[in-house]
Order: sequence, then structure tokens, then C-alpha cells
Amino acid sequence: MTEVFFYIFAATVIGGALGVVLLRNIVHAALGLIGSLLGVAGIYILLSVEFLALVQVLIYGGAVMVLILFGLMLTRTRELKENLDGDQKPLAAVAALVLLGTFIAAFANTEWPRDVGQITTVPFNDIGNALFGRWAVPFELLSGVLLVALVGAIIIAMQEEGEQ
Amino acid sequence: MMLLAAPAINIDNAFLSGILGLIAFTLVMTVGVMYATWYERKIVARMQYRLGPTRTGPFGLLQPIADTFKLLTKEDLRPATADFIAFEAAVFAIFIPALMVFVAVPFTADWYISAIPMSLLYILAVSGLSFIGFLLAGWGSDNKYALLGGMRAAAQLISYEIPMILALVAVVMVTSTLDVYQMILYQDTVPLIVWQPLAFGIFLIASVAEVERPPFDIPTGESEVAGGVFIEYSGIRWSMFQLSSYVNMYAFALLGAFVFLGGWEWPFGTDIGWGYQLLLTMVKMSFFIFFYLLIRATVPRLRVDQLMSYAWKVLIPLSLYQIVTNGFVIVYDLPDVAFLLFSGLGVAALVYSAAFIVKRGEPRRPLTMVPVRATAKAAPPAPAVAADVVVEGAAT
Repeated sequence: MTEVFFYIFAATVIGGALGVVLLRNIVHAALGLIGSLLGVAGIYILLSVEFLALVQVLIYGGAVMVLILFGLMLTRTRELKENLDGDQKPLAAVAALVLLGTFIAAFANTEWPRDVGQITTVPFNDIGNALFGRWAVPFELLSGVLLVALVGAIIIAMQEEGEQ
Repeated sequence: MMLLAAPAINIDNAFLSGILGLIAFTLVMTVGVMYATWYERKIVARMQYRLGPTRTGPFGLLQPIADTFKLLTKEDLRPATADFIAFEAAVFAIFIPALMVFVAVPFTADWYISAIPMSLLYILAVSGLSFIGFLLAGWGSDNKYALLGGMRAAAQLISYEIPMILALVAVVMVTSTLDVYQMILYQDTVPLIVWQPLAFGIFLIASVAEVERPPFDIPTGESEVAGGVFIEYSGIRWSMFQLSSYVNMYAFALLGAFVFLGGWEWPFGTDIGWGYQLLLTMVKMSFFIFFYLLIRATVPRLRVDQLMSYAWKVLIPLSLYQIVTNGFVIVYDLPDVAFLLFSGLGVAALVYSAAFIVKRGEPRRPLTMVPVRATAKAAPPAPAVAADVVVEGAAT
């Protein structure tokens, strides 16, 4: 049963990713990205890290996609007629194939443990304690970066006096 | 009825029982929503000194059935220039998250579709996905009003999601759990509305904005954007949007009833049987529903800039205040009354600032009224005040 779900989610991720690359309409491509990100959330659930899955849905499915969709829809994408493919398409394909080959080789040459035994799920409280205890300084630094970004966005968006 | 039979049915397969629960729930919810419209019309009519539906059946009880048949048999139109995928997908992108929320909702102590350990986070994460549908509907309809409405809807949803999540974070600090079930158990004697009135107030206001009901129905305001994202939808698709809107209203009412009013718990003993527990949950949920109807009938619609400044300048700072004071009380181990004290001060600030912001929320530049018959010389250059653009730009 779990395997069936794994293949469904994997197909969603790969299909969505292919949609992002291949679809001509960029809003449709963004839809593919949503499907791909939600599929990753599903795989997280199969790996029994529910917290990560929910955060994936909340942040990537919610917050990041709203920015992308806002940006796309405020531009006049309908009138975009030119070909979105660049000259580097063959190069990109070669790079992607090399990466795929490397991954397959790495997977094939790794000794995977047959029996993982009991899955230990990390309690949510431990994540919180680690985040605000041991890793408090990076966390606070990240918050500072986000605050700077927020203030910067407000300054860019703010209209100056007399400016239309 | 499924509600009565569900605790008796015991299906081994978790997947199968989840699917069956969802299907049954969707059907019950549809009927529930049909009668929510009837209830809404009756209550709002009473508040406006009218009668509401009276002709169809006793007390107009058959009106929702007539409405449903009318809506389902209407012609289903799609504009020729609409984007097929976005237009069709939008309906489901709003409908599915609205119903998925209920997977994690514990209606009684032992009746729920699935016991998710972090159900509060799940509910917030899933309900946060509905903005995709609004943006797709707005963009896919190929209509300026729809696009504007979709943008407004998305801006409003993400703006009011922040104070709502922060208010719930404050509650999570008190109960120290992310599981709605555990939160209800925490409130076995005193509901959390007593300790966290400020978080409750913020949640209540933000939830009205999240379900886009009046006075926060700016994305669908008829007088401004002519129905907003729903302008090109008709028949069954429009009904599905309305259905999702009401299902969302139920969802937030239930969440509020669980998190702040204690769900099926009440001070006079817990072992009252699941029937009474369900009744308690429903009664508490009805308080929220009634509040939504009350302010629909009594509060005029906000302007877009008032809406945004209310979220960003009032609700978010106050919810941060609630979190900080909760931290003080927890870290210094003050008695529970300190929660009430700090939170009560916040409520006073909330009430005061609400009046203040709405009164002071003037447009940034005064609109100059130009007489229609004025000559070109006499007419001053009309200042193009685009409150939408200013505010929504700031929100992104």
C-alpha cells in the first residue's frame, strides 16, 4: 500500500517538474510547480516526518507559490508569444542527463541497509528545543536577514512624496 | 445519518475508513451548507426587520432545495477567452482544501476521521492553500474584475493568515501542544477564551477575513469588483465556490470552538456520552456562525486600505504582544491570572485601535470631485489614486 502511494507521489513530483520545464504557459508551469512541491510533501509523510511535510505545504505550497503566482499574474503573460526556449537547451539537457546518470550510479553503488528496524520519529518538541537552544544564533541571524528583506521590500514599494 | 452511525462503524483499514468518512462528510456538509444559507437568510432578515424566505414550505424551509436545483440546472458558461486549465482547476483548488481541513477535526472525544498528531498545523497548512484557487480563478477568467478580485482575495488571505497563525501560536504556548485534541483536553475546566481573550479576538476577526465574509468581502464586493473572482462562473461551478465558502466558515467556526471554547469539554463533567459532546461542539460552533451573521448584518464593508492597515498595523502587533506577554508569564512562572491580565489589556487596545484605524483610515490623497460639465480649463487634473495598487504592492 505504501509503495503505491510512493509511486503516486513520485509521479506527481516528476510530472510537475516536467510541466515546469516544458509547458509554454508560465502560469501552467507554476501550477506544475505547486503539484511538484505538494508531491514532495507527500513523500515526507511517507518518510514519517509529518512536521516537515506540513511545513512544506505551509511555506512552499502557501507562501512561496503566492509570490510566484502574484508575480506571474501581474505581468501580461498572455501576450507573451516569443519562444521561451533558449539556445542553451541542448546544454541543459546534457547537464540534466549527466546529473541523472551520476545519481543512478551513486544509488546503484551504495549498500542500502535491508532492514531499518523501528522508525524513530523526532518529536516536535525536540525540533523546537534544538532550534531555539543549540541553533539559536543561526536562527536569530536568519530572522535578521528576513527583517532586512522585509524593510527593503517596504522601501522599494513605498512611493516617494510627489512620485506618481 | 452518518453522524449517528459513525462511532458504531469500525473499519480496520485506515485508508478505507478515511475515504468513506470524507465522502460521507462531504455529503453531510453539502446539506449543512444548504441549510446554512437558509439560516443566514432568516437571521439576517430578522436583523433587518424583514421576514426572509417564507413561501417555500414551513418557515421557508424548502428554499435551499429550490435554490440548489436552480443552481445545478443553470447553464454552465465558460468565456471563450478563458484559460481552460486555470478556469477549471480553480474550482477544485478552493473546494478540496476547504474539505480537507475536516480530516483532522475531532468532533467528539472519539469521533474523527483521522487523529493527526499536529492537527492544528495541518489545518493551517491546508486551509492556507485556498488562495491558489482564487488567483487561478481571477487570472483564468480573463476578466479585469476577476483579476482584481483574485489579487485582492490573495492579498487579504495571506495578510490575515499572519495574525491568525500568531494568535494560535499564543494559544499553543499556553497549552504546549499542536494537537487540537490535546488542546481541548487542556480546557476541561476553564476554556482558553478566559486566559487568552486577546488571541480569541484576533482569531475571530482574522477568521472572518479568511472566509471573506462581510465586512471583509472586499474580493467579491459587488459594488466594487462586481463579484470579483466569481464574475465569470455560473451554475454548478459558482455553487461549488459558494459551498467552499460556507464550508470554510464552518471550518473556522469549529476551529475556534475547539481552540478557544473547549470543544466538547465543559466544566460540568466530561463523561456525558458522544451525543451530548457532539451537541456541545455544535452549540459552540453556532456561536461563531451567529457572530459571522451578526457582523454581516451590522458592519459596513471595509475599504481595501482600511483592511490592509487593520491587519498589518493593529492585528499583527497585538498578536505579537500576546505572544511576548505569554512568554513572560510562562518563563517567570506567574499564576494563570497573569494571562488574563495581560490579554485583557490587549483587548482594550484592540477595541480602541479598531475605532481609531477605521476613523483615521482616510485615502492617502484626497479625491477631487470633478464636475461632469466642467470645461477642460476648470477641471483640475484628476489625481489617480489607486488605493488597490498601493496597498497590494505593499503587501507583496
